[in-house]
Amino acid sequence: MADIDVQVAQWKLVEVGRVVLIRSGPYTGKLAAIVEIVDHKRVLVDGPSTEEQKIVPRHVLPLSHATLTHFVIPRLPRAAGTGPVKKLWQKEEIDGKWAKSNFAQKTERAERRKNLSDFERFKVLRLRKQARYEVQKAHAKLRAAAPKS
Amino acid sequence: MSDSTVGQTKQFGKGQRTVPHPAQKAQKWYPVDDESQPKKVRKAIRPAKVRESLQPGTVLILLAGRFRGKRVVLLKHLEQGVLLVTGPFKINGVPLRRVNARYVIATSTRIDISGVDAQTLEKVSAADYFTKEKKAEKKTEEAFFKQGEKPQKKVVASARASDQKAVDQSILASVKKEAFLGSYLASTFSLRNGDKPHEMKW
Repeated sequence: MADIDVQVAQWKLVEVGRVVLIRSGPYTGKLAAIVEIVDHKRVLVDGPSTEEQKIVPRHVLPLSHATLTHFVIPRLPRAAGTGPVKKLWQKEEIDGKWAKSNFAQKTERAERRKNLSDFERFKVLRLRKQARYEVQKAHAKLRAAAPKS
Repeated sequence: MSDSTVGQTKQFGKGQRTVPHPAQKAQKWYPVDDESQPKKVRKAIRPAKVRESLQPGTVLILLAGRFRGKRVVLLKHLEQGVLLVTGPFKINGVPLRRVNARYVIATSTRIDISGVDAQTLEKVSAADYFTKEKKAEKKTEEAFFKQGEKPQKKVVASARASDQKAVDQSILASVKKEAFLGSYLASTFSLRNGDKPHEMKW
């Protein structure tokens, strides 16, 4: 018999403490932690961020309106109140971790690009062109130096 | 011949009285139709109201006409209800020109035009500055049949050219101060795939 390596799948689970990103409704784009699972479709969430505009009040959210993130608040007691959730949220630095994530950075950039003025759009176009030119120059140099096969 | 409107004086026995001309006689019947009253015009000629975004010095995108897509500098609101713009001519080939404010997108970019020669600007914004001069000689049939000869090229009036230079001079200087601004004015605007002009910020 061959040895079989059994590994636990790295799935993101709907669990108490899981941080979700809300994708529709009045809190679109904000983060909240699952505090209690109501049923297979809905969860109770609470997003006690320290920043005023990022706060999500405690409410029941359909899971179809949420995307699970990689972050989990470990050992969050079931049905914990806003106070303890806030404490753990700060301890785990969820906001900071989220800001560093790929998704958050991409959405932030998209938002910034959307609000550029006409002149700023033109400058982005020009600067990107300049950067591309430098990359291509370096690439051509490398290709010329490489031995022909 | 007697005057048609003057009546006659007639003798009736001892008395005498003037009989009015038949045309002057009172009408026997009241008119059937009321006399139509001309409509009162309730419109007034007011100075054109311009958008707040159209401040002098703003970079505009022209949307219609020969120079559509060009980015130009707004100089002044003329009393005729149009905008006076300039390319500057050296940068993008747009001369001093009047444009309708409706066919223009105002961007948030501003250029300092405080150094523009006020006297020339005054001259340019006069009512008849842009009117075409009438041709002295009319096109004759002979000229039409002389196809072999090349038609004379249109010559820009030297006064116009010097006015253009005088106005553009200080604008060019202030354009030079900011990076990319010159090439921005030289480039033309167009929509690309996926661009939604109603959602874009200018």
